Amino acid sequence: MDDLKTFLIEKVLLFESDTLSPEAEKVLSQIRREKTDVPVVYVSSNSSSIIAGSEKTYNALKLFAEENEPGTVVIKVGCAGPANYEPVICIQMPGKNKLYFRNITEEKVEPLMNGVFHNDISEEDLIGQSGSKGFELWPGIDFLEDIPFFALQKRLVLGNCGCYDPGRIEEYIAVGGYRTYLKTIRHYTYDEVCDLIERSGLRGRSGGGYLTGLKWKQALNTPSNARYLICNAKESDPGAFSDRLVMESDPHRLIEGMAIAAYAIGSSNAILYLKAGSEHARAGIQNAIEQARDYGLLGHNIHSSGYNLDIVVRMEPGAFVCGEETALINSLEGKRGMPQLKPPYPTTAGLAGKPTVINNVETLMNVPLIMQNGPEWYRTIGTFSSPGTKIFALAGRGRFSGVIEVEMGTSLRTIVEDIADGIRDAREFKAVQIGGASGSFITSDDLDTQVDFDAMRRQGFSMGSGGFVVIDETSCIVDLVRYYMDFICKESCGKCIPCREGTGRMLEILENVIRKPANEDTGTTLERFRGVMQLETISSVMKDASLCGLGQNAPNPFVSALKNFREEFEEHIFDRKCRANVCRGLRTFIIDVEKCTGCTVCAGKCPVNAIYGTRLQPYFIVEDKCIGCGICYDVCKFSAVIVK
Amino acid sequence: MCWYFGQEMTEDIENIITKYRQGRREDLIPLLQEIQERLGHLPEEAIIRVGSHLGLSTTKIYGLATFYDQFRFIPSGRIHISVCHGTSCFMNGSQGIIDKLTEELKTAPGQTSRNGNFSFDIVTCMGGCYHGPVITVNDEYHIHVSQDQIPELIRKLKYIIEND
Repeated sequence: MDDLKTFLIEKVLLFESDTLSPEAEKVLSQIRREKTDVPVVYVSSNSSSIIAGSEKTYNALKLFAEENEPGTVVIKVGCAGPANYEPVICIQMPGKNKLYFRNITEEKVEPLMNGVFHNDISEEDLIGQSGSKGFELWPGIDFLEDIPFFALQKRLVLGNCGCYDPGRIEEYIAVGGYRTYLKTIRHYTYDEVCDLIERSGLRGRSGGGYLTGLKWKQALNTPSNARYLICNAKESDPGAFSDRLVMESDPHRLIEGMAIAAYAIGSSNAILYLKAGSEHARAGIQNAIEQARDYGLLGHNIHSSGYNLDIVVRMEPGAFVCGEETALINSLEGKRGMPQLKPPYPTTAGLAGKPTVINNVETLMNVPLIMQNGPEWYRTIGTFSSPGTKIFALAGRGRFSGVIEVEMGTSLRTIVEDIADGIRDAREFKAVQIGGASGSFITSDDLDTQVDFDAMRRQGFSMGSGGFVVIDETSCIVDLVRYYMDFICKESCGKCIPCREGTGRMLEILENVIRKPANEDTGTTLERFRGVMQLETISSVMKDASLCGLGQNAPNPFVSALKNFREEFEEHIFDRKCRANVCRGLRTFIIDVEKCTGCTVCAGKCPVNAIYGTRLQPYFIVEDKCIGCGICYDVCKFSAVIVK
Repeated sequence: MCWYFGQEMTEDIENIITKYRQGRREDLIPLLQEIQERLGHLPEEAIIRVGSHLGLSTTKIYGLATFYDQFRFIPSGRIHISVCHGTSCFMNGSQGIIDKLTEELKTAPGQTSRNGNFSFDIVTCMGGCYHGPVITVNDEYHIHVSQDQIPELIRKLKYIIEND
């Protein structure tokens, strides 16, 4: 093992020329398992796959390999993206293309493996094949690259995800990793790195879209004896999971990106600020840092370059507002995570009063690519004002879901209709929600908007953290707005009044709209209508007067929903009707006399005893008692309960 | 998840605290996190001890710890249930699960039931959006959970506890 380490350091990492010696190429291709003599099985194992049961699949595969095909190698890799296919496994037979299979749960392992080893491949579980020249094709099987989900993506940042074992640094070095970093710290000055990144036009991916190179320069040009680089891996928006997948599948590139960024601002302290609860990502990152330290890529006087760097992982203790830069710094200093007035910006006075650069995971993942291929190459991808790609965490009701990466300039329609492949169960499309709890709803009229910081801003949308939720007709927009407001209201730090009181008041009004009034005196139609009018005023006040982005953007879901779905709000207020039948308070149920057999199931399940009747005779629901919980509707086997 | 008190706990706290230097406020959160990881919650004794080590008043520490969602001051139950309440899980009906659990366990989210058997809390996103609603029972994942399955699940768990 030590021989391999010395070899990789001397012949690969520190090798000056761009083309490696044939001997080194051969070793690297072996590590990449290009020419394998034994079957290799790759199991996706990020947290989303583990939730779907990939650990059990892995154990079953191990057992199968031991018993039936000794010599078969089973390894865990990251995830390539499609969450609906999890757990994904990939089988590479010697000399043949890789085969990908979907939804391989524990019990499917044995039939599948038996089939593959005897050349009888089950079409049902197959996704496709993938491979390069020199490998034998599987006849009659589609290529992975031809499936729209993959064909329309431009996978730069996600390029390594699902391809290598994130637990082994050798495999990352074999795909070209860490060479750029060592070249950077040995041959470039701080200014040159900042210049290169600025010329590439890389913009911060956390939503604001500030030029990364410019930010670094500001920190570099502030005189100080210490500087800090913080990687903000706290994606706490409900429904955003892309950073987590990236960190779990490709932790080494994140470390390389952080190391280059830290070098560019002349900092020798980098901090990775991780979200609470992402234990799997934390273990992977810690392991990756240990290995990088072992290879001398972190530490004191890194490979005689005179540069010192250490990366520390800190867990965020669970507060949404800590995603904001100044709140994050406060939390790192051991204080309550409350935002502060800017300026001074963190680039001049941040952590411990020193210049601090805070970048998010996706931004830093782009950095090694730019340093490797040059800013001109990066400019050729994407649009003029926003070069590069953007990662989205596709979720909701699309047929496909998972983490995707598209070139800037792709229209939102392409993502919804082609990559997500439309809506599940042939339902009607309603809207897309981009940017998590502070994002907006986008209807089909605006779907032709391009994924681009400026184009989106012109339309009044924010890109946010990359949550991309597809909503269909079965979801109620008013209820979703209430859900987001409930979330923000709980997470508001309480420092400034517009946010603390505004969110609480907005939630109260929205709850009034979707709730059944306790009696007729409170909650009249006029009151509800007036409430929604007041919401508009509160929104504008919060936008103007809140201290940080959390409060300023909190009304976004409501404002965009009212603009696009006004009729749905009106239905809730005046007709007391929810067209998606989601709002519990507004549902009323009746029993169809023709269909009811009097089986007494609904009466037994009703939590408030609102259903009366005689056995084997049609039952009826007392409307005044009914709380609209819908249990009778769910339990009725004869579809005799009708929603009114 | 831990069920011991007194001497042993004091030793544990002491072992963790000595790893950190005295009087550095930036160590406060990692220190509290480590204690919570070991003990499952933050007992009063630990807060007092941390205060004297870092030179902070206990009110300051308590004020900080209540600000963040992660810290608990009562021990979590023998069975701890987390419910994902991210956007996708919400659209698939996680609210119903939360209501059902509250009703079945007679415990509010973030609390522990009186007999110390159950505790449950709500988390923002576990990352399994396609498989929602996702819940974990003592770190074991259950996917595509519907609210009708909850009573059955709780009955099973109660049976396990009683026969343990």
